[in-house]
Amino acid sequence: MTARIGSRLAEWAPAVAVLVLVLALWQGAIAAFDIQQFLLPKPTAIASSFWNDRHTLWPAGWYTVKEALGGFAIGSGLGMLVATVVGRFRTVGTALMPIAIAANAVPIIAFAPIFNAWFDPLSPSSKMAIAAVLCFLPVMVNTLRGLQSASPRQIELMRSYACSDFEIWRRVRVPTALPYVFTALKVASVLAMIGAIVGEYFGGSFGALGVLINSDANIFNFTRAWAGILVASLLGLAMYGGVVLAERLVVRAAPRQPLS
Amino acid sequence: MSSTNEHVVELDGVTKTFPRGNVTALENIDLQLRPGEFVSLIGPSGCGKSTLLRVIGDLIQPSAGTVLVNGKPAAKARADRDYGIVFQDAVLFEWRTVAKNVGLPLELLGWDRARRKARVQEMLELVELGSFGDHYPWQLSGGMQQRASIARALAFEPALLLMDEPFGALDEMTRERLNLELLSIWQRLRSTVVFVTHSISEAVFLSTRVVVMSPRPGRIAGVVDVDLPPQRTVETREEPRFFELVTEVRELLRKRGEHLLPEEEELLQ
Repeated sequence: MTARIGSRLAEWAPAVAVLVLVLALWQGAIAAFDIQQFLLPKPTAIASSFWNDRHTLWPAGWYTVKEALGGFAIGSGLGMLVATVVGRFRTVGTALMPIAIAANAVPIIAFAPIFNAWFDPLSPSSKMAIAAVLCFLPVMVNTLRGLQSASPRQIELMRSYACSDFEIWRRVRVPTALPYVFTALKVASVLAMIGAIVGEYFGGSFGALGVLINSDANIFNFTRAWAGILVASLLGLAMYGGVVLAERLVVRAAPRQPLS
Repeated sequence: MSSTNEHVVELDGVTKTFPRGNVTALENIDLQLRPGEFVSLIGPSGCGKSTLLRVIGDLIQPSAGTVLVNGKPAAKARADRDYGIVFQDAVLFEWRTVAKNVGLPLELLGWDRARRKARVQEMLELVELGSFGDHYPWQLSGGMQQRASIARALAFEPALLLMDEPFGALDEMTRERLNLELLSIWQRLRSTVVFVTHSISEAVFLSTRVVVMSPRPGRIAGVVDVDLPPQRTVETREEPRFFELVTEVRELLRKRGEHLLPEEEELLQ
């Protein structure tokens, strides 16, 4: 057990070392080149703001993360649902796929001000809508691809056992699709946080993290803006980590294959 | 026409045309299989041997003719799970352990856990994978994966075993060893086997009968009865009679040689 923890630490050590080195260089460069506080605050200044303003930053972060989670749930849920329905009809799928891929290339975040106008800009629903739209397409496209990439031989084998379409869906298509779905959910978890925060940059409740970062930047309170970005990053990481954890639980039966 | 309940498989005038490209994959195939026979289908690519196997398994519907399995229409036989099938690749489910893969047909038949477990272990031991039940497919070699898929096909003791070039992707040495294993399993279980292959020596070595097919359209060019002793060993491949039979099959394949493509010619060398 201790050996395992030891090897884990050894695995992480290089990343931690790089992080510490970067922070040290950052701190040193500001002192050496006399960089102005508003251009780039010292890591130590950000850290102290991160601690001192914790009673403002974390509630704001929680407010935003709720928007992101709501949008993530709605967008990903709809994405999987639509893919499941569309996947039943191969022709619909092939007709829809190019459109979905093209739509995926649209910078949806550009619609953020419009969503604020459509929904109440001060309520979380407008940010949830942006996050949901951002999550929908990658999850839909990947789920559909996953459902359609079941091996024809495996399906033929199931048909030799006189399995129904539902049985084939449950025992072959869904397990095949799961890794595709989780890849998309990881992307979506990051997109949801981006959507919520950028949505808030265009206006929102005063208790929201994006609004806080934006207003701090406007009044030259850059140190706290950076601390807010740090909070946003940590929350985004937490959401991503949640998806990774869920993947481990759901896809636990299939062990990680050796990397090729 | 002979009595149907004597035959495990009875094909009568089976024709299959694929509308795309207007290809006649099979033309007027008549074939009967008696219980306990080991019949190989051999021929160049495009002769319809895999299609014929799938027609027997009701995975492809014939355009004309009748297919009876165990005296029933093929669709009924499939619904009754009258046959097990093995493909060229093992077709194991990568998210299931070897034991769970072998137990899949039993799960579908609604066997309870304890009964399933006992049978799976028995089958794994039959194919010499007794201690690999908890492994995942990717942890096994190609030959071991194929043995697992044979165990799966045999798990519910079907009277008929359909094999579509099961050893085609394996190296020569593994292939010859698995040939011997398959024969000993077949002799123990006394099931009927339809075995599709590209290899003349494999067909002669394993079979009681070799059905030689010719392409465009897929037809039966001839049938060779293999009168080698039922107990076959490594030495069987060195007997003069073995070579005579191999030559006989090769001649039948060659008779239609004018229709062959260059790469199919190579197959006959």
